[in-house]
Amino acid sequence: MADHLLEVRDLSVDFHTVTGTVHAVRNISYYLDRGETLAILGESGSGKSVSSAAIMNLIDMPPGKITSGEILLDGKDLLKMSGEARRAVNGRRIAMIFQDPLSHLNPVYSVGWQMREALKTHGISTTQAQAEALRLFKRVALPDPEAALDKYPHEFSGGQRQRVMIAMALALKPDLLIADEPTTALDVTVQAEVLALLKELQRETGMGVLIITHDLGVVSEVADRVVVMEKGQLVESGTVRDVYRNPQHAYTKKLIAAAPGKGDMHEPDAHGASILSVKDVRKFYGGFEALKGVSFELKPGETVAVVGESGSGKSTLARVLLRLEEPDGGTARWKGKDLFTMSPGDLFKLRRDLQMVFQDPTQSLNPRMTVYQLISEAWVIHPEILPKAKWRERAAELLDQVGLSPEHMGRYPHQFSGGQRQRIAIARALALEPQLIVCDEAVSALDVSVQAQVIRLLDGLRKKMGIAFIFIAHDLPLVRDFADYVMVMQKGEVVEFGTVAQVFDNPQMPYTQALLAASLDPDPDVQAANRNARLARVSQI
Amino acid sequence: MLTFVRKRAFASLISLVGLLVMVFFLSRLTGDPASLFLPVEASAEMKAEFRALHGLDQPLLVQFGQYVGNVVTGDLGESLRKARPALDVVLEAFTWTLWLAVITMTLVTIAAIVVGSLAAFRTGGFFDRFSSMVSLIGASVPDFWLAIVAIVVFAIQLSWLPTSGTGTLSHWILPICVLFVRPFGIIVQLVRGSMISALSSAYVKTARAKGVKSGPIIFIHALRNAMLPVITVIGDQAASLLNGAVIVETIFGFPGVGKLMIDSILQRDFNVVLAAILVTAFAIFLMNLVIDLAYALLDPRIRY
Repeated sequence: MADHLLEVRDLSVDFHTVTGTVHAVRNISYYLDRGETLAILGESGSGKSVSSAAIMNLIDMPPGKITSGEILLDGKDLLKMSGEARRAVNGRRIAMIFQDPLSHLNPVYSVGWQMREALKTHGISTTQAQAEALRLFKRVALPDPEAALDKYPHEFSGGQRQRVMIAMALALKPDLLIADEPTTALDVTVQAEVLALLKELQRETGMGVLIITHDLGVVSEVADRVVVMEKGQLVESGTVRDVYRNPQHAYTKKLIAAAPGKGDMHEPDAHGASILSVKDVRKFYGGFEALKGVSFELKPGETVAVVGESGSGKSTLARVLLRLEEPDGGTARWKGKDLFTMSPGDLFKLRRDLQMVFQDPTQSLNPRMTVYQLISEAWVIHPEILPKAKWRERAAELLDQVGLSPEHMGRYPHQFSGGQRQRIAIARALALEPQLIVCDEAVSALDVSVQAQVIRLLDGLRKKMGIAFIFIAHDLPLVRDFADYVMVMQKGEVVEFGTVAQVFDNPQMPYTQALLAASLDPDPDVQAANRNARLARVSQI
Repeated sequence: MLTFVRKRAFASLISLVGLLVMVFFLSRLTGDPASLFLPVEASAEMKAEFRALHGLDQPLLVQFGQYVGNVVTGDLGESLRKARPALDVVLEAFTWTLWLAVITMTLVTIAAIVVGSLAAFRTGGFFDRFSSMVSLIGASVPDFWLAIVAIVVFAIQLSWLPTSGTGTLSHWILPICVLFVRPFGIIVQLVRGSMISALSSAYVKTARAKGVKSGPIIFIHALRNAMLPVITVIGDQAASLLNGAVIVETIFGFPGVGKLMIDSILQRDFNVVLAAILVTAFAIFLMNLVIDLAYALLDPRIRY
């Protein structure tokens, strides 16, 4: 039998922590051939990144320990190699790119220096390395490649930094490329470009690609085969189409069912007067115009989604509306009163009605406060809502409402998972009985299945209590499932506004069309059709 | 960059003036130099004559005005004791202190970086635990005690080194060693902590994935990033040495600016005290500027 390029056999990795031993991966096996793309799909904590870290010898031991298994590269066991032999494999035969290219590039050295280092480490001369670095920068289509070599990581955009990482990883024409969530931090259109680049380079070099992701869309776009991981175990594997069409394991079924973008679209049916009427809002940062006259209306119980890529001004809009930042023009009437000209006293009273849920509950919840303290703090600040005697009872009620148990009241945020923390943040927002909640990427950091739960929760609140939402997101399928109206923003301007059905089924503006085209569908057949349509469009141009 | 230097220079000038005002008036509250200088039996006339000679009979504000006028023209007055220009006296002593500080801090920096980095590389290992213990002791030992013990052991009992004074190279060894201990202890701890976080950073992972060897990972990738917070503290420690290591200089009879300042204060030699304060303040300003520039040099994200 010919050897596979990479074969992981029966691998188990433990981590010894203060609270006990964690079996990060247990007896997993998979293989990868040349020219093939294998996706490892799983949610946070599934151990999907652990096996790749073991392949790259990036597991810190201790606390980590490989307790069983083999990792064969062309039939040779990496785990039995000497440290020096292993080091020589890294970069030359196996290379890796990571999720967050900004933190994975050394901030104090120029990218050219880091490129040259990758080459020189494996014995290539300085002049040759310089020429090779330039060639690779051209290949990954970095703008002005010669000047780019002397720049530092912070001087690039997110997509460009990932291109730098890719160029660096491919410097020595590795046989195997491991990509750990390579596009998770990128905008959809940039994600599409980076994935296309990876595919192209794979065709050129014939390398095997191991892609680790939580995103079914990414799997359907790039992978040939997929292995699904849950809690350290490999639960399913097969070709992408088979696994999607005919999932065997309950977990895979759940994961596929949780993928957003398949449900019915909302038809806005709210009537009555607008509670929020925003007109021509402007915001400057120095000479930079972050918001160039944004206007929209919102009725009780309605949801308007604000979508757009990074730098489009969507978060700025949220902060300005809540007066977390001062606007430079325009009006925002909340039930007839202009939020922007309100006295601080009036604004304080209004804070009750307008609440915000942030992206990262780990950062937005004070780690030194218990859940009870976090929730009841709202009533300390606004004592007219509730007499102190009823605080406990109401906090328990709120926790129940967001699907947590009242016993959780005495715990601290770090004792909860990401999804639970976001529920706490929502419970806290609800404590003030708001009429409008602004969700700034409130579910982006959560796993798909958790995301679906939180969205269901928000949907229930909307129906039961008539809360209106401004839902800021970059994930289009999610928006499609949740919103009534969609506002597409680009560079501080609203480029398109309409009901969900209008925007998704019949987008008018080229930018909206590009956004939708770049959004990945979890169904491999649909995605393949989309990709062909996109390529056809590109070739027409 | 130049604008930044200019802005900083202006801000420092303001604090220098403030310092001058404070020290000038506070030092005049400490007593009458005439009664301290002249023999106890000196008559009132002699005292009056002494005061008139040195301008001490004028109202304080007038004295201050004259002083500031002189400072602007570079004249910091005469030392009452030594009958020489105060600036000369101070600069002479400051040269000694400067050498002591430069040599000590250079040794401290090199040693602390090497020891701290290696400790961080194998956290919890023998070297880490050993160096943590040593540096903790170093950071806590009172320097006057260490100075005296060092004299007793190395100068008196073993007679390897001179007890005090200057003259030969061996006179420098004990003061440098004693001054070395505390900043070394503090900076090793800091380098270690800073290196631990740098070594667990994402870019180090990338370097390992590239196949970079351990040496370059520690001393090229991690160290430059880890140095940023360390530099601030190195500057801080260096500043306290430039101020004159008063106690250590006094114990070793080292003719530095710290000892000079103490002597001058005890002798009410105001001009020397003021000149010493101005000179060290100026030196500390320069050093802070160098540190800010070093920041920009190490981290391309910082641009002034």
